[in-house]
Amino acid sequence: MAALVAAAIALAVITVGGIGKNLVYYWGPAEIQAAGPRAVGATIRLGGLVVPDSVRYGEGASGLEFDVSDGKTRVHVKSRGVPPQMFREGIGVVVEGTITSAGSFESQRLMVSHNNEYRAPGDPYKADVKRLISTTRGLEGEAVGESR
Amino acid sequence: MTGELGRTLILAGLLLATVGSLAGFAVGRRPSPLGWAWTRRLAYGYGAAMAAANLVMVYALLAHDFSVSYVAHVGSRQVPTWVTVTSLWSSLEGSILFWGLVLGAYVAAASYLNRDSHPEYMPFAVGVWLACGAFFSFLLAGPAQPFLTLPQPPPDGPGPNPLLQNHVLMVIHPPFLYLGYVGMTIPFGLASAALIAGRLGHDFVRPLRTWLLLPWIFQTVAIVLGGWWAYEVLGWGGYWAWDPVENASLLPWLTATAALHSAILTERKGILKGWTTTLVMATFLLTILGTFMTRSGVFNSVHSFTQSAIGPTILVFLAAAMVFSVALLALRVDLLVPEGRIEDPRSRDAMFLLNNLLFVLLTFTVLIGTVFPLLVEALRGVQMSVGRPYFDRMAVPIGTALLFLMGVGPALPWGRATGQQARAALAAPLAGAAALALLGLALGVRHPWTLLTLAFGGYTAQVTLSELWLPVRQRMKAHGEGLGRALIETERRGRRRVGAYVVHAGAVLVIIAIAVSSTLGTSKEVVLRQGESTKLGAYTLTFVTTDTVNEPHRTSLVARVAVSRNGVELGTLSPRMNQYENQREAIGTPAVRTSLTEDLYLSIMNVDPERGTLGLLALVNPMVGWIWIATAVMALGGVVALLPPPRAREGRLRAAPPAPVADYGAVETSR
Repeated sequence: MAALVAAAIALAVITVGGIGKNLVYYWGPAEIQAAGPRAVGATIRLGGLVVPDSVRYGEGASGLEFDVSDGKTRVHVKSRGVPPQMFREGIGVVVEGTITSAGSFESQRLMVSHNNEYRAPGDPYKADVKRLISTTRGLEGEAVGESR
Repeated sequence: MTGELGRTLILAGLLLATVGSLAGFAVGRRPSPLGWAWTRRLAYGYGAAMAAANLVMVYALLAHDFSVSYVAHVGSRQVPTWVTVTSLWSSLEGSILFWGLVLGAYVAAASYLNRDSHPEYMPFAVGVWLACGAFFSFLLAGPAQPFLTLPQPPPDGPGPNPLLQNHVLMVIHPPFLYLGYVGMTIPFGLASAALIAGRLGHDFVRPLRTWLLLPWIFQTVAIVLGGWWAYEVLGWGGYWAWDPVENASLLPWLTATAALHSAILTERKGILKGWTTTLVMATFLLTILGTFMTRSGVFNSVHSFTQSAIGPTILVFLAAAMVFSVALLALRVDLLVPEGRIEDPRSRDAMFLLNNLLFVLLTFTVLIGTVFPLLVEALRGVQMSVGRPYFDRMAVPIGTALLFLMGVGPALPWGRATGQQARAALAAPLAGAAALALLGLALGVRHPWTLLTLAFGGYTAQVTLSELWLPVRQRMKAHGEGLGRALIETERRGRRRVGAYVVHAGAVLVIIAIAVSSTLGTSKEVVLRQGESTKLGAYTLTFVTTDTVNEPHRTSLVARVAVSRNGVELGTLSPRMNQYENQREAIGTPAVRTSLTEDLYLSIMNVDPERGTLGLLALVNPMVGWIWIATAVMALGGVVALLPPPRAREGRLRAAPPAPVADYGAVETSR
């Protein structure tokens, strides 16, 4: 019985520890700014709208850069990989990656929101970032690199 | 008119299930042959009402009767007929209606086939099944009504979610999943009934095992079909992402697999009665939890149809079922005493116990990782998800250990073994382990977990194949039978045993294929101009051109990519982007070239008409095809283990009281 309890406690410690190291936080630009240096290194899903005129394409598959905004705060994003078909200025996106100490967001994955609510022509910034992140589909799967 | 008919049938189903459930419990308490006959008739009636309601819905869908709310919600004149029929389960209300059909069929079949077996508790089982039936009919009559009549029917509907009409696998995957998921209600009812009646003798697990194995086979196939669908449709190149919805289908499978194993110990030795019952009940509760997670919109995915009022109702049902299960187990704890014990840690019996601990451990880690974000959001309002590395880090060691155990257990004898016997039995399969690990090394495998998986896989494969082969060889020697005759006779005389080892053989292959495909692949993302080539491993991919293909329900942009391998032309692969009628978003279909050794997987990221470029995701995935093949092997083994033994069947023809189908006759003989 004592062994069972010990095993259960050990299991709990391992799982909670394992979860704690692998959490992916859903944040908006404002929260990233508010967290400042504390956000560096954590895996974050950042949601927001692609700021018009901020998109710069690089050579081939890499080097895409753009700003993500919630209407007030902007975060600069450097994205690896080929952007999806729907990607364009003014559209809602979710990027997953980490903040560097220089303050720019290094994205491993870029997803375009399929949610119609995000494209209301009247006030495109009236976006609930959290809802954007949690309703964007297709973040399944792993980041794609040169090899696995 | 159609709507009214549908609503009437659902109310009839609700009435029949409620009355039948009450009748079942009453007859269980005060047995009467007449009451028992009427309880069963009510169960058949419930099944018939659900079948009729589903037929009415299919008719409404095919007739494009947009006055029926569900048809207006998912129907469309533009989609092909097969999509129209499968729309039955493509959205919330229809999927609950389909649930009712499957549950009705299971309840009617189980009531009929068990009409003469275990009369001391079977009425209670029907009572529990029909109580579940009443709940799902209530959902259809209240929070998830599919048959509302629209006063102003629209001229056309939007059609189902394009992801669901993008591949034929969507025709097969959901029915299998429902046959697995819903079927877990039957063993839950049997376990509850045995507890209520207090009939927990040696053989109470026999019908339990049969009715657990049947949905288990469906569930096994359904999980893999879901992965296959994701692989062929979602376009990110993999088949499993530890998505909450995938986990929801895996969790009850894990506990059901554990229960199938512990039931063997209960049947042989009369031990682990409470444990087996707990696992069966947990399996059912996990299916309801999974239904809550996928149907209530708490997780967003292709399966979570809408934010709906159905969530809280399912949560109440889950809580009630949980209280019911825990209370029953607590009330009967005095009857769950073991009739024997495990005598030796070096025995097969002890390995069964270890197998169960590992399965439960895996269930817990997956469950915690799945519900953790929900708990955090509920308690602290912080949104997050648990990343893949958590699941991989927990599941890989446990899965690898289970693979090894699948070899160690059957290698050891039942009961007890001397140290020398155990060492001899465990040493022989090391040859298989070394062979497969060396083969991996020779082929260039350096990943430590993959090498370990190959070694354990070789070990278990040798044990499994020799367990299958030995009795055949003995028959050939002892009776002078030819190979074919000996194979048939061995199967006939030990179906459960043969089936179990065939399932094990399939499982070994699945685990190896998963390990190899997830560690030894390569991938890249490139942007190609027309005529430009890129290299991936031995493959050269050349972007030839793009075409547009028009179909009634969609317009597709197709990229033609010429493929050659080591200079040999292999033809053209055509990944596509599909724009569906009435849908804003374009959805890709990857192109997969499958071979026995590896898949070449191409998926369009984007096409830029101005610059004439193609953004391409290309992957080489080794051994993925073997996952599908090995799953078919597992299902085949399950079916063999489910077939009634020949003696019982002959007895059934001759004897006056038919032998219950669930009765399997003799337990397999020990070695």
